[in-house]
Amino acid sequence: MYKAKVNVTLRPSILDPKGKAAHHALQNLGLDQVEQVRIGKFIELDVNADSEAAAKEVVEAACAKLLANEVMEDFEITID
Amino acid sequence: MANFGVIVFPGSNCDHDAYHALKHVMNADVKFLWHKDTDLSDIDFLIVPGGFSYGDYLRSGAIARFSPIMQEVVKFAEKGGPVMGICNGFQILLEAGLIPGAMMHNNKLRFVCKSVNIRVENTESMFTSHLKKGQVLNIPVSHGEGNYFIDDDGLKALNDNNQVLFRYTDAEGNLTDEANFNGSRDSIAGITNVGGNVLGMMPHPERAMEKILGSEDGKPIFDSILNSLSIA
Repeated sequence: MYKAKVNVTLRPSILDPKGKAAHHALQNLGLDQVEQVRIGKFIELDVNADSEAAAKEVVEAACAKLLANEVMEDFEITID
Repeated sequence: MANFGVIVFPGSNCDHDAYHALKHVMNADVKFLWHKDTDLSDIDFLIVPGGFSYGDYLRSGAIARFSPIMQEVVKFAEKGGPVMGICNGFQILLEAGLIPGAMMHNNKLRFVCKSVNIRVENTESMFTSHLKKGQVLNIPVSHGEGNYFIDDDGLKALNDNNQVLFRYTDAEGNLTDEANFNGSRDSIAGITNVGGNVLGMMPHPERAMEKILGSEDGKPIFDSILNSLSIA
């Protein structure tokens, strides 16, 4: 059993209004050092596969088909 | 007479509005199709209605797109069958890849529920033949994720192929930042696929069918559809 961690993030060219709202709130808290906030999704999957490569292949398919929308999002996979 | 099918997903909530508009205002034959149905053999026109299918989990439309019926909808559309996605239906058709682009959260993050003005951009479509180019329609919107996105090349293709049917404008038909309340790319409110048989639009014409409910500006869209089906 492999544990896959997936980060789905908005592409850099895409405006992130949620990140902007959170950034604004952080500024109100006095945390002026924060220069930018981008909000994405973190997804964990337990994958039954014979090898790490096979597990990664399954997770890549899951990301491309459902977990991310590649028109506006990128994804990054790590397998433990 | 043409048979309309209105798809019902868990979480659809404009399915009855669409059914009412077709059955009682347009006097058309219409039936509901459950998302697990796979037989579209007696259907001439499909409506993918608004709502919050599967609670909008992950992204709006992302999970509905894998419902059993959607595989049949894709086949139906690819054979030229006419499909209209309204609001959440538009989001589902985008996720299914039947029309290009994606939906993001409204740029001001608010769910917006109000009547807006949309300008008719193209009247050569089966969905707009009873309208005039440049005509402004007053139609309700009700969505949190209607900020249409497409990249530069995609936008150029939409414009070159006359796929944009509706844009958000003010009451006089002018494009303004204020009228584009959700931040959509190029003020886009409704587009078709290249073939012109699949329409996605965020505003709800099925909620603007009777004067007593505030507007009947949605009716000419359904007039156009019925007309095109009767001569097809």
